[in-house]
Amino acid sequence: MLTYTRRLPITTPLVLEARQIRKSYGAVHALRGVSFDLYAGEVHALVGENGAGKSTLIKILTGAVEPDAGEILLHGERIVENSPAKARALGISVIYQQPALFPDLTVAENIALASESGSLLRRVDWRSRRARASELLARVGSHVSPDARAGSLSMPEQQMVEIAKALDANARVLIMDEPTASLGDQDAASLFRLVDELRAKGTAIIYISHRFEELFLLANRVTILRDGISIQTCAMADVTNADLIRLMVGRELDTVFPKHKTTLGETVFEVRDLSCSRLGVKKASLTIRAGEILGLAGLVGSGRTQLAEALFGLAPLESGEVLLNGERLSIESPADAVRAGLAYVPEDRRRHGVILNLSIAVNSTLASLGKISNSRGFLNAATEKQLANDCIAKLGVKAPSADTLARNLSGGNQQKVALARWLMTDPKVLILDEPTQGIDVGAKSEIYHLIGRLAASGLAILMISSETLEILGLSDRIAVMAKGEIVGLLERDKATPQLILEMALT
Amino acid sequence: MNVRLEREWPALGAVAALYLFLAIAAPSFYHFENLRDLALANVPVLLVAAGMTLVIVIAQIDISVGSLFAVAGVTFGVFVKAGLPLWLAPFAAILVGAALGAVNGGLISFVRAPSIVVTLATMIIWRESLRWSTGGAWIEDLPANFQWFGLGQQAGQAVIVAIALVLFALFWWASDNLSVFRAVYATGSDSEAARLAGIPVKQVLFGVFVLMGALTGIAAVLNAVRFSDVPANSGMDLELKAIAAVVVGGTPITGGRGSLLGTFIGVLLLGSIGPALTFLGINPYWEKAVQGAIILATVLFDALRMHRARRLAIA
Repeated sequence: MLTYTRRLPITTPLVLEARQIRKSYGAVHALRGVSFDLYAGEVHALVGENGAGKSTLIKILTGAVEPDAGEILLHGERIVENSPAKARALGISVIYQQPALFPDLTVAENIALASESGSLLRRVDWRSRRARASELLARVGSHVSPDARAGSLSMPEQQMVEIAKALDANARVLIMDEPTASLGDQDAASLFRLVDELRAKGTAIIYISHRFEELFLLANRVTILRDGISIQTCAMADVTNADLIRLMVGRELDTVFPKHKTTLGETVFEVRDLSCSRLGVKKASLTIRAGEILGLAGLVGSGRTQLAEALFGLAPLESGEVLLNGERLSIESPADAVRAGLAYVPEDRRRHGVILNLSIAVNSTLASLGKISNSRGFLNAATEKQLANDCIAKLGVKAPSADTLARNLSGGNQQKVALARWLMTDPKVLILDEPTQGIDVGAKSEIYHLIGRLAASGLAILMISSETLEILGLSDRIAVMAKGEIVGLLERDKATPQLILEMALT
Repeated sequence: MNVRLEREWPALGAVAALYLFLAIAAPSFYHFENLRDLALANVPVLLVAAGMTLVIVIAQIDISVGSLFAVAGVTFGVFVKAGLPLWLAPFAAILVGAALGAVNGGLISFVRAPSIVVTLATMIIWRESLRWSTGGAWIEDLPANFQWFGLGQQAGQAVIVAIALVLFALFWWASDNLSVFRAVYATGSDSEAARLAGIPVKQVLFGVFVLMGALTGIAAVLNAVRFSDVPANSGMDLELKAIAAVVVGGTPITGGRGSLLGTFIGVLLLGSIGPALTFLGINPYWEKAVQGAIILATVLFDALRMHRARRLAIA
């Protein structure tokens, strides 16, 4: 049940209500019961950790995803068979974190696409289309020309066009998902003015942001999501920063994380003042000792993956140095990184971690072709088979044989194959990016055991994860990133979810 | 050797059916002279299709090979006429082929231009440069030992077919046993994943196009010595024949999969249609239509299979 105190004029009508929304993707429960209400003329903040279910909730409200259970009511009427077109027709608009304009169309065309309707063969009234666009742009305080190609605009300019688009759709419910993520201070200020103006006109606004100061500035009420459940809804005036963080994290560490006892060795890997403007990494420094797991925490978009990519030679570095066992490495390509003894298991396993059309054997030996072929490059089928079977046995990959295609494996087993590929290269440093993303609970625990064993064998491991519990459960130390910088370093026994989140929000 | 016939069996079945039918309906098809002519006529396509298999497996395309074939053939003739020893001239022509392949490969891998556009441009440029520089004239008055490498017709024919088959077999063997071919398949499946696995994706891509050029050069040389003169307009439609054979052999145009065995079957199937029609007493004008139908059938078959696989996956 919802518990909240409302400090709004009683007279404003209830616009939108979500009741006990549930949604699972396979074994992953994204939403396990979210209830939520929204009044006209209200800015309602939605907060929660990465993976708490905010995006899924938005997708359900906008009709992009169908809920497994629960109902959505608009003005007291149940929305049935929701779809993006239907939601828009009902006056539910959304502005995403990243603008999604058609880059090759003009601003006016982009705006028109969102609102004009009628026959596909109707004549386009260019003059009124341009006039309408100009008017909307003026309303949001943007100075871009309606004839500008959307792709030629800067991110903040594009974001303002997105907002103009939403205005044009005559939104009664406006959902803003991290709208200031790509805006500077000045643009953000004009966005806030606009939000206020819309509220005054009775638009109901759902506002999602990690930046709490914005919420305290704008929001009337706030709903906290955690693990797919709406924990609490309260008036913004009744909560403090600390309350919000406590409610977002809210649970104790349990014992799913087997931290293997390891004695840490010498410093193996050291990064000094690494900067890469292409990837947005600023002055990153860190050290990892043999047998140590360094957790890299931070919000989505804080630059953790980018740091890993910079280390792996995926973009040129401006400054900084990378040392392995005290020796300076020069890494200009992934091939250099592999040679130097680095291994990188990327995020989004199905896209770049394993190659779906190839067999387990080929996938697992792909980064160490030298090992299964002689000096002239001839493959040795027997060695290959043996190595592949070894890794199947060692990592517990569940598959009929080494010839099974990667596409026929479960997520957990694909991840094991991705790990196997890199373990075969005998790396000194292993970089894991979201190692358990989209893996079911049982397999997660197996992967944790595996990571623990690898650390115990003396590897230096850098583990990126958005799951605070995973970070706390496995890491020896935790580095926290925000806006491309490492903003804090915590020892295992000092780290708490609250502390990490506070740092990540700086 | 890793023979699984997952994607090759439709073409293999068609070849088997065709040859069985010919054995009953037109046994004279199996006369030695006919089979020899069939093999000789398909030597260029076979070698070019070998290279094209790799190009398509790596998820690219090369439509300049027909023009490249003509350039390499003329170069070969010019070198021989200029007095280069007959054992050396082929290598010079192959080198020219590799160099032109390197132009394609460089633009595609390092400049990142799309292969269909790059090779469309070089297809036109090479064909037209050749027309301009030779004025359309054939390379004539070649030394007497040019034709059949001076071995006489029978031995020459045998040598040409043997070279082509041995090369193809080597290539096939290598595709299963050389680690660099792993890199080709991985790159064709997912070049970003391959890059993250430390594979030098650009160099591999470049190498494939150089190899394509060199193989086309070899094909041009083996084709040229069948005659006493070198025409300036050879290799017309060769790229289409090669691509067709690769596709019919089960290599998907989207790359990442496919085999040289399949390509061999594809060349055999498409190359046998013309002679088969003749021996069956059907107007050989139908050859292209039948070949087109085979290509269409391959694609339809693949689409159906994908559809069924997807339905099974959902169920």
